[in-house]
Amino acid sequence: MSSIAQYLLNGLMQGTIYGLVAIGFTIFFGVMNVIKFSHGDVLTFGAFGGLVAAWAATALGFPIWLELVFVVLISVMASAAIGAIIARGLVLPLKDAPPLNMLLMTMMVGTAIRECIRLFFPNGTNPQRFPELLPSGGFDLSGVYFRYDGLILIAAGIAFIFAVQWIINRTRLGLAIRAVAEDGETARTMGINFTLTVAIAFAIGSMTAGVAGALYGLYYSEINYSMGLILAIIGFSAAIIGGLGNIWGAIVGGYLFAGLQTAVVALLPALSDYKNVIALIVVVALIAWRPTGLLAERGSERV
Amino acid sequence: MTVTSMKGTAGQIVSSILVTALLVGSLVAVLEIEDQRALGICVAIIAGLSFLAPKLGILRGAEQAGAHHPWAVRLIILIGFCSLVLILKDNNFALLMIATILIYATVCLGITIQTGYAGLFNFAGAAFLGTGGYTAAMLANATWLPDIVTILLGGVIAAALGTVLILPVLRTRGHYAALTTLAFGVLFNGFLEANEMLGGPQGLKVPGIQIFGWDFSNDLVIGSLSFSFYANYVLLIGAIFALFMIFTRFIERSWIGIWLDAVRLDEIAVSVFGLRISVWKSFAFTAGNFLAGVMGAVYAKMTEFIAPANFTFGDSLLLVAIVLLGGIGNRWGVLVATMIVILLPEKLQFIQEYRLLLFACIIILLLMVRPAGLLARRVRVFEERH
Repeated sequence: MSSIAQYLLNGLMQGTIYGLVAIGFTIFFGVMNVIKFSHGDVLTFGAFGGLVAAWAATALGFPIWLELVFVVLISVMASAAIGAIIARGLVLPLKDAPPLNMLLMTMMVGTAIRECIRLFFPNGTNPQRFPELLPSGGFDLSGVYFRYDGLILIAAGIAFIFAVQWIINRTRLGLAIRAVAEDGETARTMGINFTLTVAIAFAIGSMTAGVAGALYGLYYSEINYSMGLILAIIGFSAAIIGGLGNIWGAIVGGYLFAGLQTAVVALLPALSDYKNVIALIVVVALIAWRPTGLLAERGSERV
Repeated sequence: MTVTSMKGTAGQIVSSILVTALLVGSLVAVLEIEDQRALGICVAIIAGLSFLAPKLGILRGAEQAGAHHPWAVRLIILIGFCSLVLILKDNNFALLMIATILIYATVCLGITIQTGYAGLFNFAGAAFLGTGGYTAAMLANATWLPDIVTILLGGVIAAALGTVLILPVLRTRGHYAALTTLAFGVLFNGFLEANEMLGGPQGLKVPGIQIFGWDFSNDLVIGSLSFSFYANYVLLIGAIFALFMIFTRFIERSWIGIWLDAVRLDEIAVSVFGLRISVWKSFAFTAGNFLAGVMGAVYAKMTEFIAPANFTFGDSLLLVAIVLLGGIGNRWGVLVATMIVILLPEKLQFIQEYRLLLFACIIILLLMVRPAGLLARRVRVFEERH
């Protein structure tokens, strides 16, 4: 019983991170019909930004709560900035190109970010220790050990998911983003600044990566230059399982993927090395079964 | 008298000789020069010549020669290839590089059939290459099996494994299809890493090739000339490459190629005309994976060692990038792009550490300014033979 709850908590944490990454994919796809594969490396960039912020905060002697706020803020801002730059400088000019070109372009942008971190970050080839800023320890509830940091991070992640969802569905800015997503040309004639809105949408999508990066660093206490790649693949899979362009689908997909991994580890410990393999096999099978995702975008073209 | 002023057959033949000589000469120069500064100057000169070649009409001439006198051009290429091997006969490294270039170029031909003709994304090229390699490693104990059969089996198994993906690839389109191949490539690598029977992350040893008592790991001796043992592999791989080049050309110039193009350009219109989209997509996908598998087996046997690290997602990405760099759908563009991508980082040591970064930046730049690739594919011209 206690171990089941433990697995559940772990899966919830992973699912939150995957879901956050998947939301980014889904926002990019919804707004511009592109897959921005550099998303995972934007996450890494944000996490390393947070690490630098933590170093700076320690050097300046900030109290620990301020350091925490500072780290998360810098992570989010770093990813948002680089996401908006990629959108403005690389994605928008290519918006009429074939999808393969766009996919390859963003993959290469991701490679460039990854390589820059590896080559130019001090000692970038090796994993970096991420400072532990959250209260350590936890409490025991009928045999289940709850880590404080895990609970705080899951709550923060879910809160951020709701915040993004609120921005997109309830604010004027969100309305503009949805208008651009629906029909860029018409949105422009209604006086919406197309370029700016797209850049902001990409910044919001990339913020989710920054939050995910900060959560990852704070929870696992270690980050490395290549962690974004597998997170991008998982996040992309999650977004596709849920149905691209659907925020709730992305979250469902994220938790589903984490659930699959956890189930493999919990039920078939002998195969725990294969958890990603099995989860990806299920993803491919799900796509074969429901080609447009579980919660497909309404009105999607099927001929 | 410039080449452009020469009309007709003579001009075309001269053009194709010049292009072949340029390619062979650049390869020899880049492979033989060790001094980094001289090498840099040499690369700059080659780049300049390559820039001039289209201006003088040599490329156009060679292209027409290929269309009108295919056998003459093939003879010229064969002579160029043989002289290349002859010049580099005892240079192990150079011959290994040429073999590697030809292997990658063949795999990229497979991706050209898939992506360039049928419009199917394949982000798992390295996985199919690896399937062939691991097939060869698994069959190492079956010594009674001739190596030719082993190599062919590498292709067959890769093609068979690809059929697992056909259903999801056929049912989906665009990004969804891209994800299925991408997920397959990643899960394949993860499987190799985790599987103890396949050697895990340490990989496996593979025996070299022996065909009818011809041992590929001994130096090749022809008459009084002695070649490095890699020459064996270069000759074999060159022959396979030539075969697949002709195969691809046959596909492109036959009605199959036209159908594949039609499937890529407009699925709905094509199905209205009664073409079975699923059949032709499956054909292109399987054919491409077969090429990758065959070359994977040869690659494993040549390096005598394979490990999961050779078949990562990054390698698949490299393969797609080569195809795009060469110009999607252009067979010769693939060869030129492979030379650039494989050779330059290997030889120019100062960029070795930065090669992925540099490479990523070049592709980004290329996609911005010249999305059709270095040598863009041309529309077929079916002229009447006189």
